[in-house]
Amino acid sequence: MATWMFYILGAITVVATLLAITQRNPVHAVIYLVNSFFALALLFFLLGAPLVAAWEVIIYAGAIMVLFLFIIMMLEIAPGVEADRYGPNWLQWLPILLLAAALGICTLLLTGLDPVGSNGVPHWYASPRDFGYALFKEYALAIEVVSFQLLFAAVGAFYVGRPERKSKSPAGGDR
Amino acid sequence: MIVPLEHVLILSTILFLLGLVCVLVRRNLIMILIGIEIMLNAVGLLLVGASAFWQQIDGQVMVIFLMAMTSAEVSISLAMVVYLNRRKGTVDVRAFDEMRG
Repeated sequence: MATWMFYILGAITVVATLLAITQRNPVHAVIYLVNSFFALALLFFLLGAPLVAAWEVIIYAGAIMVLFLFIIMMLEIAPGVEADRYGPNWLQWLPILLLAAALGICTLLLTGLDPVGSNGVPHWYASPRDFGYALFKEYALAIEVVSFQLLFAAVGAFYVGRPERKSKSPAGGDR
Repeated sequence: MIVPLEHVLILSTILFLLGLVCVLVRRNLIMILIGIEIMLNAVGLLLVGASAFWQQIDGQVMVIFLMAMTSAEVSISLAMVVYLNRRKGTVDVRAFDEMRG
């Protein structure tokens, strides 16, 4: 069953990504992309990476896509022609609803899967304990480098996004 | 391994090409960044697939570093989008095809 689910989830991922890159409205693209990332997280779970699947949902769908939404809302990009009517446009909602429904059904089916495969052969997967050992023993230096990289990124983003300096501001007055 | 590695490779390649098309074709800065996200996710899928194929955990560790790199890249580039939008009042990349000075 896991094999079939791989292909179904792969199809959901490709269709959601294809719909995402063809949207005119960036918000719709982000919504489709979140759907695609959820399907991708289930794919990671099927391929024996439960921790990476959790981080895919938390970091990509939870943090990065919400950051995209914040920026889109902040910029007030002119939207396309919106119909002046009440209630949601159901035809527009249909693809994402279908994709989300397929994803929900796959998730429900996936809860019936256990790490031990149906034919009795143990299915390899990386437990969080193994993952933590590998991460903090063999890649300890890389962890330090990545933490520096995130610090530099935060400082750089703060510098680029700083408010406009007034012409004659006092030396200590920059916020 | 539930599927052959070739199928993971094919799926990852399709996703990468979709992201590449999005980067090359779209002219909205936000959509270009979304295309980069798609490409990075395709690479992540490839790393996890390789990790499952050889039953080594290193591929998944690489995905974590990939996610950290993506977070840094997105924070910097979205700050830059805000800055460029403040300068020119648009997010169309055609407005930024000239250097100053």
